[in-house]
Amino acid sequence: MKSRSNLEWVLAAGHFALTGELGPPQSASAEVIRKKAEYYKGCVDAVNITDNQTAIVRMSSIASAAILAGLGLDPIMQMTCRDRNRIAIQSDILGAYALGVNNILCLTGDHQSFGNHPTSKNVYDLDSVQLIHMVRVMRDEKRFLSGDELKAEPRMLIGAAENPFADPFEYRVVRLAKKVAAGADFIQTQAVFDLPRFSRWMQMVRDRGLHERVYILAGVIPVKSARALEYMKNEVPGMSVPDELIRRMEAAGDPKEEGVRIAVETIQQLREVPGVAGIHLMPMMWEAIAPVVAERAGLLPRPALPAAGLAPASEGPPAGA
Amino acid sequence: MIVAERKSLDEILAMLQGCSRVLVVGCGTCVTVCMAGGEKEVGVLASLLRLAAQREGRTVEIGETTIERQCEWEFVDGLAPGIRGYDAVLSMGCGAGVQTIAQRFGGVRVLPALNTKFIGIPEKQGMWVEMCLGCGDCVLDRTGGICPVARCSKGLLNGPCGGSQGGKCEVSKDIDCAWQLIYDRLASLGRLDLLEAEFAPKDWSKNRDGGPRKVLREEVML
Repeated sequence: MKSRSNLEWVLAAGHFALTGELGPPQSASAEVIRKKAEYYKGCVDAVNITDNQTAIVRMSSIASAAILAGLGLDPIMQMTCRDRNRIAIQSDILGAYALGVNNILCLTGDHQSFGNHPTSKNVYDLDSVQLIHMVRVMRDEKRFLSGDELKAEPRMLIGAAENPFADPFEYRVVRLAKKVAAGADFIQTQAVFDLPRFSRWMQMVRDRGLHERVYILAGVIPVKSARALEYMKNEVPGMSVPDELIRRMEAAGDPKEEGVRIAVETIQQLREVPGVAGIHLMPMMWEAIAPVVAERAGLLPRPALPAAGLAPASEGPPAGA
Repeated sequence: MIVAERKSLDEILAMLQGCSRVLVVGCGTCVTVCMAGGEKEVGVLASLLRLAAQREGRTVEIGETTIERQCEWEFVDGLAPGIRGYDAVLSMGCGAGVQTIAQRFGGVRVLPALNTKFIGIPEKQGMWVEMCLGCGDCVLDRTGGICPVARCSKGLLNGPCGGSQGGKCEVSKDIDCAWQLIYDRLASLGRLDLLEAEFAPKDWSKNRDGGPRKVLREEVML
């Protein structure tokens, strides 16, 4: 095994994986993290911790992930290239691993103009492909990006994102291939509402044999209203939302229930797509719905670790590192 | 060319507070072409300064001159006769012009009338677009002659982020996605293979390496 990640164990054992997502608070309250964590206990294999998503300042993903690890959950620390240069990113990765974080999701990051500090200066010293490469070199070659030796390496499972709904469509699979070549172990996709387009993308993924080199987790967002869908269709760049889905939500007597039904149906359809290794559930600040969706999609109970626990990573557990 | 834009009159007037003799200096090169600081713009700004003073009942003397290039000593030297009679020089050159005049004339207050924006081109009448960041390590051979460092909102080197849709950038529908442009151009050149290889992290020491960058060419030194 590359890491002590629960997610890696689940995927390597051939289980259909389920990950969740937790947005840290716009405050210093650890209590918020603890409360949201409750929804995910026993319900997912690992939980993404967003890194100042949409460029709005929140509690750091590192600190939030460490709190989650302390609660016995397997956090996936999101790390964007927007706010840190290569020095800060490497430093934060070492620190996060020392605090018990075993997964990282390498992202470009939303542009700062979307957030609450639009006059800030962005960094983008690295892009997401270069970030993936850097983490892999740190872990597998025990070197910093500079080439200097790294004595106790961060044994993290490396994740990346891909968006089958962004353009140029034909290039998206090339970008995925670059991420896989750079060292991505798993991929989480943008939320799937447009199944035909996702299926076309997966066909291209399979044509290149990428599904055999990386675990692909398809993104699913349970929505509460037709308005939320319309917002995503019109205001969120890189989303594809079919009109018929919006009409279905509009016609529903109980939109929240309909949103859960759509999420469950989507999960069941995605499960049938060859090469999909799991689901990444993004409840977008509606974390309470995660166990409901997981239950109704037939994804519970989650696979439990063997009694002996995770085998130590080959270079020893973090405590000895 | 260097593209610049004039500061607001209010900002310029605030800078000039307490000055009654001001020399407005235009530049005949880039800022003339981008209609920000050439002879015509010097005339307009000088008139606006006189009018503003008149409204406030102040007496001012506004001199006007435009030199070929504010960024070269031989042209800046031409300002020597008479420049010291002014309270301030208001340069309508780019940032290099302002600083060249300031460096040449110690003790003279030199103020910027423009905001220097970027290295770019006039895309159409009245609209200029950034093309080059002066990063010091050109990558255009690998990107179909379209610069992702200057033209992608995130300066990405390994292809478009997940926010590229319909050829537009996630930041605004008014911004073309540089990577869509690169993709289309390389497709038309039959060179999409260039996009398969990983682009290594950029060497930013060639862009910001402590103090101003210098170019030394011994073969042309005297």
